[in-house]
Amino acid sequence: MTTSIALNVNGRTVRVMVDDPNMPLLYALRNDLGLRGPRFGCGLGQCGACTVHMDGKAVRSCITPLSLVGDRSIVTLEGLGTPEKPHPMQQAFIDEQAVQCGYCINGMIMEAAAFLAKTRNPSDPQIREALASNLCRCGTHLRILRAVKRAAAQT
Amino acid sequence: MRDVATTRRQFLKGTAALVVSFSIDKHQTAGAQAGASPKSISTEQVDGFIGINTKGEVTVFAGKVDLGTGVRTALAQIAAEELDVPFAAVTVIQGDTALTPDQGTTSGSFSIQNGGLQIRQAAATARQALLSMAAKKLNVEPSDLAVSDGTITSNATRRSISYGTLIGGKNFSLKVDKAAAVKDPGHFKIVGRSIPRVDIPGKVTGQFIYMQDFRLPGMLHGRVVRPSGMGATLQSIEEDSVNDIPGLIRVVHIGNFVGVVAETEWGAVQASRRLKVNWSPWEGLPDQSALWEYVRATKILKEDVTSDVGAATAALPRGATRLRATYDFAIQTHGSIGPSCSVAEFKDGALTCWSASQATHALRKQLAAMLSMPEEQVRCIYIDGSGCYGRNGHEDAAGDAALLSRAVGRPVRVQWMREDEHGWDPKGPPTLIDLDAALDAKGNLVAWTSAFFLPVGAATPVALVPATLANLPREMDIGPGGILNDTAIPYTVPNIRTVAHRLETTPLRPAWIRAPGRMQNTFANESFLDELATAAGADPLEFRLRHLKDARGAEVLERLAAVAMWERAGAKPRDHGARIATGRGLAFVKYELVRTYVGVVADVEIDRSTGEIRVKRFFVVQDCGQIINPDGVKNQIEGNIVQTVSRTLMEQVTFNRSRVTSLDWGSYRIIGFPEVPDVVIDLIDRPREKPWGSGEPSASVVPAAISNAIFAATGVRLRSVPFTPDKVKAAMARS
Repeated sequence: MTTSIALNVNGRTVRVMVDDPNMPLLYALRNDLGLRGPRFGCGLGQCGACTVHMDGKAVRSCITPLSLVGDRSIVTLEGLGTPEKPHPMQQAFIDEQAVQCGYCINGMIMEAAAFLAKTRNPSDPQIREALASNLCRCGTHLRILRAVKRAAAQT
Repeated sequence: MRDVATTRRQFLKGTAALVVSFSIDKHQTAGAQAGASPKSISTEQVDGFIGINTKGEVTVFAGKVDLGTGVRTALAQIAAEELDVPFAAVTVIQGDTALTPDQGTTSGSFSIQNGGLQIRQAAATARQALLSMAAKKLNVEPSDLAVSDGTITSNATRRSISYGTLIGGKNFSLKVDKAAAVKDPGHFKIVGRSIPRVDIPGKVTGQFIYMQDFRLPGMLHGRVVRPSGMGATLQSIEEDSVNDIPGLIRVVHIGNFVGVVAETEWGAVQASRRLKVNWSPWEGLPDQSALWEYVRATKILKEDVTSDVGAATAALPRGATRLRATYDFAIQTHGSIGPSCSVAEFKDGALTCWSASQATHALRKQLAAMLSMPEEQVRCIYIDGSGCYGRNGHEDAAGDAALLSRAVGRPVRVQWMREDEHGWDPKGPPTLIDLDAALDAKGNLVAWTSAFFLPVGAATPVALVPATLANLPREMDIGPGGILNDTAIPYTVPNIRTVAHRLETTPLRPAWIRAPGRMQNTFANESFLDELATAAGADPLEFRLRHLKDARGAEVLERLAAVAMWERAGAKPRDHGARIATGRGLAFVKYELVRTYVGVVADVEIDRSTGEIRVKRFFVVQDCGQIINPDGVKNQIEGNIVQTVSRTLMEQVTFNRSRVTSLDWGSYRIIGFPEVPDVVIDLIDRPREKPWGSGEPSASVVPAAISNAIFAATGVRLRSVPFTPDKVKAAMARS
C-alpha cells in the first residue's frame, strides 16, 4: 500500500511515496531524496552516522519512523552548508583536517552543531560528553574535538 | 587537484534518486587517443600511471587506493612534484581494473613506500621524455631547459612549450625508466608540505560520493540472509513468509547462500528479516571460555624460524636470571562504521562491480573464479567506502552483489547490515605467545626465545563468504596476513631463537586488521622486554638503548626521552596504595625490522577499586624517512594511537558454539570521546631517505606501552589483551 508522505527537508516541502510509513527516515532521505550527508552505520541508533536535525535537535534518522516526523523541520548536512558556503562547523572541520575516512563525520558535525547552538563556550569535557554517543573508528577524535572548539570560539 | 567526484556526478530526473555515472571516456582521453588501444595498465609503462591531456591536466592512475588515509592527496603531491606541475592540475583515479595498474593490495603501510615510489619513477620518466621532446621542438639541448607549472622554457632562447602541447591526449608509449633521475629533495615545493586533503570539503558537506551512495539506473537492492550457525546447511526456505513485501523481486538461494532482492532498500531489509529459513543445527566453534587451551592444542602444520643466532635454548639455563611469560591477544574485528557495500551489474555477459575493496585487481580474479567467468569479462572499480583497516567485508559484499545481480539480471546493490559486518567480516586471529629469556649477572640480555601460536597462511586473498556459502570456486587456504612480521626483535642478543608454530586452523575466518601480527607480536616482545628491564634493575629506555645497535632507532628513543621528559628511574612500581594509581610505560618498534621506527610513552591512570584504566596521554616519536605530507602522517598516527587504545582496553569478539555473538556496538564496544587520550607527536623528517609507511607502525607499540605503564603504576603485569576491568582486578588480586 503506497502512501504519500510530506516532509520538510532543508527548507523545502517534499513528498515521498512509501510502502511502509514505519520505514526509518534515513531511507527516505538517502534513497528517495538523494541526500548523502546522513549515512547508514548501524540501524540501531548506536553510532550516530545517520544524525540529522529535527526542529534543531540532533536525532538518529535510522531509528526515526517516517510516521513520527510530521511537519517537523529536518536539516541534513547538505542543508547546513555547501563546499562553496560551508557552515562554521563544516569550515572548522576543514580547517582542522578533522576527517579520515569521514563516514562518521556527518554525525559529528550535526551533533556538534546542535550542541553548540544551545551551549556557549563549552568546556573540553562538555564537548566530549556531547559527542559521547557518536562513534569514530579511524580515531579522528582529537581533530574533531579541535574542530568543535574552533567553531565554538567563533560563535 | 581537480575534484573527480563533482565532474562525474549527475542527477537523474524524476525520482531525485542519486545516480552516478562513471565515464571512463574522460579518463581515457587524458592519456590515450580516441580509438586507440585500451589504456595501458602495466606497471612497466609510463602510460600505466600517467596521462596528460591537451590542457596539461595530469591524471594519475593509482592501483593503491585511499582508505581514508589521505593517500589520494599524497600520491598527487608526489606526481605534481616530480612532473613540475601545479598540485591543482593533478587528478587521481584509483583501483579501477580497466584503468589502473595492479600495485598490490592497499595494506601494510605500503601505499607511499611502494605505490608512491612507482608513481614517482613513472613521473620522472615522463618528465625526462617531455624534456627531450621539447629539446627537439625548440631545437636546443635538454640541459638548456627548465620546467615550471607544466611549461618547458629554454633558458637561452626564452621560447616555451607546454606539456599539453607536447603530449596532450597522446600516449607516452615508454617504459618506466628505473634510472630516470628523480628530483633532488632540496628542491621540493609540494612534497613535504601539509597540503590540505582534497576529499575533506566534499566529505563535510555531503557532496563526496562513497560506495554506499553509488546508484545505477534500474538498480535493485539486495540483502543476504545468514545461516544460524556459521557452518549450518540450508534445510528449507518458506518463501510464502515474504509474499507481502511490496516490491520483492526474488528470493535467491545457491547452496547455503540465501539472499533477497527488492525494488527498494527497505523492502530488501524487511524481506531479509521476515524470510523464514530453516538451517541444520551446527556447533562447530570451540568453547570461547577455553580459547587458549584450544589454540595451544591446535595441530601445528609447520614451524617458521624467524631468527636464530647463537645457541639460545642451551644458553637459557646458564644465565643469572631467567624469566618466562605467556601473552595472549584476543580475536578482534575491523569495526567499520559503515557496513560493507557493493553494486554489481551484468551487461552483455560482462560483470562490472563497484567496491571499496583494498584490492580490486585481486577481487576481479576472485569474482571471475567464483562465477567461472574469464577475468577479461570482469571489471572492478574502487569507490571510497567507510574505513576498513584491513580486509573487512567489502569483498564479500561484492560477491553477494554479483551473485544476486546474476540471478535477477539487473544491477543489484548490497549493503550489509550491522550484524553482517560484526558477525561475518573476517577477524584478527587469536594470538598466543610464550617467551623465555635470561640475563647475565650484569643485567644484560644473553638469551631470548619465543614461540608464537599463529594460524598458517599469509596476506593472500581471503575466500569470499558468498563463494563459501554457495560452494563455488574459491581459495581453500586461509589468509590471515603477514603475521610472522615482528616475531623477531630489533635488539642485539647473543643467543636468540624466535619460532612460529603455524596452526592448521583458527576459530573464525581470519584476515588482517591494522598492523596484523606486528601488533600482537610487538605487544608480547616489548612487554616482556620491560619485564627483563625490571629484573635487571634497569631503566626501560636505557635497557633498550643498551641492546639496540641501530643509530636511527637510538635517535628515536633519545628524542622520545626528551619529548616525554622520561625520568630514567627504572621501571619500579610507584604504587603508594592510592585508589587511583598512575604510571608511564614505553615501547619501541622498528617495523618489520626494516622500516619505520616508532617510540611511544603512555601515561595511564588505573582505578584500583574498579579495575578501569584511563590512558591520559601518548607521546609518539616516529622516523618514517622522507615525509610526503606531515599533517597526513600526524592524522594517521593519532588514528593509530586512539584506535589501538580502544583495541587494547576493550575489544574482543565473542562467540558461542554456532556463531559470533558480539553483533553490535553494545556487545563490541569501542572507545568513545570521553576516553580518548591526548597524543603528542614529534616527527623526524629525513627528506633524503626513502619514504616509509605510516598507516600502521605506531599502532603496533600501543598495547605494550599501556601494559608497561600499568606495571609502573601498580606492579601488576597485564599479559592478556584486552585489559578489561575484570582482568585488571583479577591480576591485582593475584599479585
